[in-house]
Amino acid sequence: MNNRSIEIVELNKRYGTIQAIKNINLTIQTGELFGLVGPDGAGKTTLIRILTTLLLADSGKASVNKLDVVKNYKQLREQIGYMPGRFSLYMDLSVEENLAFFATIFGTSIQENYDLIKPIYSQIEAFKTRKAGALSGGMKQKLALSCALIHRPKVLFLDEPTTGVDAVSRVEFWEMLKELKNTGITILVSTPYMDEAELCDRVALMQNGEILSIESPDELKNNFPHDLWYIKAENQYKLLQILRTWEKTYSAHGFGQSIHFVSQDSQMKEDEIRQFLESKTCKIQRIMRIGASIEDCFMELMNQPKKA
Amino acid sequence: MTAENIIEVENLTKIYGQFYANDHLNFSVKKGEIFGFLGANGAGKTTAIRILCGLSKPSGGKITVAGFNVYNQTEQIKRNIGYMSQKFSLYDDLTVKENIEFYGGIYGLNNKTLRQKTSDLLQKLDLTDKQNFLIKDIPLGWKQRLAFSIAIIHDPQIVFLDEPTGGVDPITRRHFWDLIYEAAFSGITIFVTTHYMDEAEYCDRVSIMVDGKIIALDSPDNLKNTYQVDTMNEVFLKLARQKIN
Repeated sequence: MNNRSIEIVELNKRYGTIQAIKNINLTIQTGELFGLVGPDGAGKTTLIRILTTLLLADSGKASVNKLDVVKNYKQLREQIGYMPGRFSLYMDLSVEENLAFFATIFGTSIQENYDLIKPIYSQIEAFKTRKAGALSGGMKQKLALSCALIHRPKVLFLDEPTTGVDAVSRVEFWEMLKELKNTGITILVSTPYMDEAELCDRVALMQNGEILSIESPDELKNNFPHDLWYIKAENQYKLLQILRTWEKTYSAHGFGQSIHFVSQDSQMKEDEIRQFLESKTCKIQRIMRIGASIEDCFMELMNQPKKA
Repeated sequence: MTAENIIEVENLTKIYGQFYANDHLNFSVKKGEIFGFLGANGAGKTTAIRILCGLSKPSGGKITVAGFNVYNQTEQIKRNIGYMSQKFSLYDDLTVKENIEFYGGIYGLNNKTLRQKTSDLLQKLDLTDKQNFLIKDIPLGWKQRLAFSIAIIHDPQIVFLDEPTGGVDPITRRHFWDLIYEAAFSGITIFVTTHYMDEAEYCDRVSIMVDGKIIALDSPDNLKNTYQVDTMNEVFLKLARQKIN
């Protein structure tokens, strides 16, 4: 395929005794909205910092738009936008000054690329004389995204843009990303929120420096290898304790006030579960088969032995 | 305080200048309940929590926490509550054991009780062989579980959890909730704020705050039924958006 935007081959990085990323292989297509999903310490930031030429890998190769992250780092930097985890805005500068500053650094102006940032920037433009430090979290996020886009990059790297941001701002942010994707830009976004994986074209689930899987959200969920049961009882705590001691339990995880249960026995019928729980005086409210969520898949992959 | 309400709030109001950070809040929390306190950034959650913890005085309202009023019995309140925030407040340069002993000492546990509690706690968290590790050298998930256990080391009646579980993997997050359920089961009331709407589903009841007011308060199931949606996330978006737009 000739429209690869990001290519990563056997990339490794170690900090002291900690292997931050282990033998990462990944290809991302031009125009893709790609998610790196995993908890703190998974290696998401390390990977993004290597791709944005801010950190050197110990071994392996990576390129963005055919430009090597080491040899061609200067050219590469002109083509990418990067929004780090803690929005690197200048808190003492106003909204407009921040944007003008980033535009100037990349040898352009707000006017020249206004069309690209307009859908985002127009939401905060009314506050353009306000200092960045005085903005709400959601507004800072919009300004940081505008700054990362002002030089019209071909590839956009977003490192946990929605962490610590409330649910409403998170939804709005993903709507902005969808719109941006329509302009043809490649977007690599990292997040610890499993539900945000659903909004990507493809996702890499990451844990302890390794990629557990690379799939589209639908493939991921459809490939969940077990029958999954939703069980709800009067006392969720008691239900979980009972299921954990059952020899036929493969896994039992709390999901809010319900439990997601997988049996060791792939032929298990609803009646058998019901009878067992009733024999333990558990008052069942509901049992049904359900499809797996991304979080179910992540936990399953965490428990699987590593593929060779 | 009625026999079963551990927190009672009538017309809690906090005004900064012209701004109503909390605008006549009314709610109560039952003993042993897991109560979720939700709201967008800036909705007024932190203001209310600070008042309930006795750290800030309200502008008006009748508020009791564990039977004590928040105007002039704040010291008694502090002795009867525990608090854990996202930033923990464990000391990075002290070991696991030293942190436990330090907080136990602050809460006035005597030596014998403290020794017993420390050994029980290390065992329960599976940290006995790691008791001499510095906090800065242990994984985030362990820190969260330790911080929670330390927040209840003095057997408080209520524990306040402010955004407790960000950034950990789903299994570690569930281990943390196991501890919360266990504490609630033993009668400790849990008052929790979170950005994870799926986590709101774990609460017995949740309140949702927008612009300084509580605009919904019910069990997650009832809220989902009322708003005809499948998840708490959708409930939250519906309510928070309708007010903002």
